[in-house]
Amino acid sequence: MSHIITAANLVKHYPGVVAVDGINLAIPQGICFGLLGPNGAGKTTTIEILEGIHLPSSGEVLYKGEPLGTRYREEVGIQFQHTALQEFLTVLETLQLFERLYHHTLPVAELIELCSLGDILTRDTRKLSGGQRQRLLLALALINDPELIFLDEPTTGLDPQARRNFWDLVKLVMSRNKTIVLTTHYMEEAYALCDEIAIMDKGRIVSQGTPAQLLSDHFGDVVLQIPLADAGSKLFELGLNVAQAGDLMEIRTHRQHHTLQQLIENGINLDRLRIRAWTLEDLFINVTGKSLRP
Amino acid sequence: MKKFLAVLHARNMEFLRDRAALTWNLAMPFMLVFGLAFTFSGGNKEIYKIGVVGGIDRLTHAAPALLATRYLKFIPYDNLDSAIGKVKHHQMDMLIDVSGTPKYWVNSSSPNGYLLERIVWGSEGHQFQRQTVAGAEIRYVDWFLPGILGMNMMFSCLFGVGFVIVRYRKNGFLKRLKATPLGAFHFLLAQLISRLLLIMAITTIVYAGCNLFIEFNMQGSYWDLLLVATLGAMSMISIGLLVAARTASEEFAGGILNAVTWPMMLLSGAWFSLEGTHNWVQQVAQIFPLTHMVAAARAIMNEGATLAQVMPHVLVLSAMSVVFLAIGAYIFKWE
Repeated sequence: MSHIITAANLVKHYPGVVAVDGINLAIPQGICFGLLGPNGAGKTTTIEILEGIHLPSSGEVLYKGEPLGTRYREEVGIQFQHTALQEFLTVLETLQLFERLYHHTLPVAELIELCSLGDILTRDTRKLSGGQRQRLLLALALINDPELIFLDEPTTGLDPQARRNFWDLVKLVMSRNKTIVLTTHYMEEAYALCDEIAIMDKGRIVSQGTPAQLLSDHFGDVVLQIPLADAGSKLFELGLNVAQAGDLMEIRTHRQHHTLQQLIENGINLDRLRIRAWTLEDLFINVTGKSLRP
Repeated sequence: MKKFLAVLHARNMEFLRDRAALTWNLAMPFMLVFGLAFTFSGGNKEIYKIGVVGGIDRLTHAAPALLATRYLKFIPYDNLDSAIGKVKHHQMDMLIDVSGTPKYWVNSSSPNGYLLERIVWGSEGHQFQRQTVAGAEIRYVDWFLPGILGMNMMFSCLFGVGFVIVRYRKNGFLKRLKATPLGAFHFLLAQLISRLLLIMAITTIVYAGCNLFIEFNMQGSYWDLLLVATLGAMSMISIGLLVAARTASEEFAGGILNAVTWPMMLLSGAWFSLEGTHNWVQQVAQIFPLTHMVAAARAIMNEGATLAQVMPHVLVLSAMSVVFLAIGAYIFKWE
């Protein structure tokens, strides 16, 4: 599989801080790659080095096997975490401004259709809602029909409805065989969109792979949840790996069939039994020892 | 060229649609010109102020020739002590008390008082031969107009460009542009040309609008004046670009811009003539583009100077524009 962008031994120092500490990445063409990490993990610094916005203190980034240059600016699309637009311009005028900065562009009408901007074309960009603004910023990132698109926390601050609409939009973009590099705080977002994820902490990648593979690697067992009232004290006498979580008793086991038989034989009421799947949030806490959101 | 025009158009739209800023940019110079024209109307003909205690009528009786002397302004006062206080603090050039035996007061450290004393009481002046000169009167408004418009251009050029770029950098707009193929030179050139077009349009409107009511003295060529104003604006915009080349702090940029504009405003001759000031002041003034722009504009408007006669100023302004823009573009950082 060919890699559209690779990074070798990336290091970025700031005075008194090592923000990125020896990162190696090889992102295959056509996938959505997620970069996850708590605040201060170095993921924005990493993504901005990959975008060519910052130079690394040491290490190298190659796009299609070549160092980043003027061609890269023409072929890459970027949606920053925090950005402002030229004030007093409408949505259409903003699209036209950015369209004129590139040699090769998608037709503006196609972008308007793709990102559902038709109803807000004459609106001042300062008067857009959070979701409308993110759709416009994505349209700007797509305006040069890029092969590689960076989305830095694109749904932070959006309500759940707007976030899910944005995911649909990203899936639509992915269906055009684009490569996306995404950073996010939301595990469900990474799970919904990413083919591969890397979890960062303290400037390093601490775990990398497909979401399913990572969950399988880190969590071979499952969690059986029984309400405290149904379990009774007998549960503690069965020699199981049991812990209390609020008003639930959680049993971790690798042998679900055997454990369930044991519970039935001991007369435990399983009418309200639930099996909880491990999530990327659990994985994240497991590998970094921290919650994603501070 | 396409990129440059796109950024130029966007910046022009931003400025023209910001109604509050546009209105202020237009209203401010109008108010200054009319305000000062009104304040200094009447040609400032009454050169000396003389206070009179005891009544103007008694002075007429005591010294009839004095009252007939031109360019003297007589101001009646009732309270002698208060009037003496005015002389003491240089608020009045002379005080005459004709309520009893005629007496007068002057401040021993006041040049005006000294001259007035010599003029009023005479000092062998009849022995001098009288010479006359002829020439059109230069009103104060004709003298200060280039200074006022130049000063307004200076603030618009420096703060209008410097602050805008710092704001763009602070809010991340420059970072967004950095992610595109737009080069720094094209971006800066678009900012320069946009502000230049707008400030020249505003200055022309203000000049033409005020001229309808005040009829400025214009001895030279409007084209020469336009050239001098354009080069002056370019050089000051280039300073604005230089100041904004790196900083992301509006407070820091504001401090630097104030440090540039205040000495320029005070020492460029915009408000008062530098003739008679210390030599070092006049030397320092030469480093400011506003000095050259105002001097050249005054020469063209009031003395009918040709382009060749103001060429030294034109060359200095051109050189400043090129040097400041080149340094600004060289050290410019998007972030």
